[in-house]
Amino acid sequence: MSQKIKVATTSLAGCFGCHMSFLDIDERLLELLELIEFDRSPLTDIKHCGPCDLGIIEGGVCNAENVHVLREFRQNCKILVAVGACAINGGLPAQRNHLDLRDVLEEVYQTEPGLTHGGIPNDPELPLPLNKVHPIHEVVKIDYFLPGCPPPADAIWKFVTDLLAGRTPTLGHGLIHYD
Amino acid sequence: MSTNTSPTFLIDGEEISFQPGQTIIQAALAAEKYIPHLCFHPEFKPHGSCKLCTVKINGRPAAACTTQAQAGLNVESDIPEIKDKRRTLVQMLLVEGNHFCPSCEKSGNCMLQALGYDLGVMSPHFAQIFPVRPVDASHPDILLDFNRCILCELCVRASSEVDKKYVFALAGRGINKHLIVNAESGRLADTNFSPTDKAAQVCPVGVILPKRVGFAVPIGKRKYDLKPISDISSRPALPSGGEGSTGQLASGGSLESAK
Repeated sequence: MSQKIKVATTSLAGCFGCHMSFLDIDERLLELLELIEFDRSPLTDIKHCGPCDLGIIEGGVCNAENVHVLREFRQNCKILVAVGACAINGGLPAQRNHLDLRDVLEEVYQTEPGLTHGGIPNDPELPLPLNKVHPIHEVVKIDYFLPGCPPPADAIWKFVTDLLAGRTPTLGHGLIHYD
Repeated sequence: MSTNTSPTFLIDGEEISFQPGQTIIQAALAAEKYIPHLCFHPEFKPHGSCKLCTVKINGRPAAACTTQAQAGLNVESDIPEIKDKRRTLVQMLLVEGNHFCPSCEKSGNCMLQALGYDLGVMSPHFAQIFPVRPVDASHPDILLDFNRCILCELCVRASSEVDKKYVFALAGRGINKHLIVNAESGRLADTNFSPTDKAAQVCPVGVILPKRVGFAVPIGKRKYDLKPISDISSRPALPSGGEGSTGQLASGGSLESAK
């Protein structure tokens, strides 16, 4: 039986930039893999998460599927972390929040010159968009927040190593960034 | 810092000398003791609205920018109770507007953001309000992005007291209070506002932005990226562009050269 810390990650309404920044910890990944193993994550392609110690969420909540994934993570992860601007305040996807959703869809799929006008997609497989994009702490309880767009690799490293060592994660000046 | 001639009071146990008539924050900043603030500006009369400078004076909370220094006061500023309140104030300001730092040209030079860093604000905590506030890009040289306004009235004060142009005002009440432009059309282009006005230099956040100078200083190399806002050790007493000035000004450029 494995004694390693189980970690799951996902990107909701995000750009995977936070995952890229996570990979930017470079050779420290090998050190980290001595301590952790990945469950559901874009890095493993495991589709659903089992019981985990740590869940790392990138991106905000923009559609119904995001809500389901987020709830699955909350049910399975002892500690849930919001990583990056989108998870924390909606970020770039939330720039549509001052617009009417139908207007946005019509402009993109029907009226905007230069785009193909195939009509608003309505395949039942597609998750329904929410009227507004929300930060994830408005949907489930979040234990820790790691801001940045993306958070620098050094901030992610400091955060994860603090957490694994049983310390309350703290980022000093230079590591805490909102941009 | 105490001398035989000037009276003193205590901030966090440190003796601060002051000139009679100075407020607590003026005396503190003169002594290089930082007290967080947003609506306070050394060149303007105290406003007392943002409450970030709240300290405990002889055990009672009060704004350091509107309370006169008096000999023998015991002021507590850098204590958990006060820092928690300041953190909550920053969080409330963050959810009340649309503060998306990654796409804001003021990022790194923004006092609200820098205070968030300094106070360790890791999340907005509250539910985002996502107010609808259209931008005003009508002026040829200045962009107004009302999404970031924190209602400090520094531009209102600068425009009326220094520029004598009365370009800005606050309208509405409570959560509906907002910054307006004093023109029949409501557009900045229909005023005599100029990028050299004092009102163009004082915004502590990213509302009043000069056009065509984006990313002159890259993100990560800006004022508060290099030094926390609380580190005022080598800052001149009265910075020419004000503490809320743009990075372009802070790094020695000018709006004239930027145009």
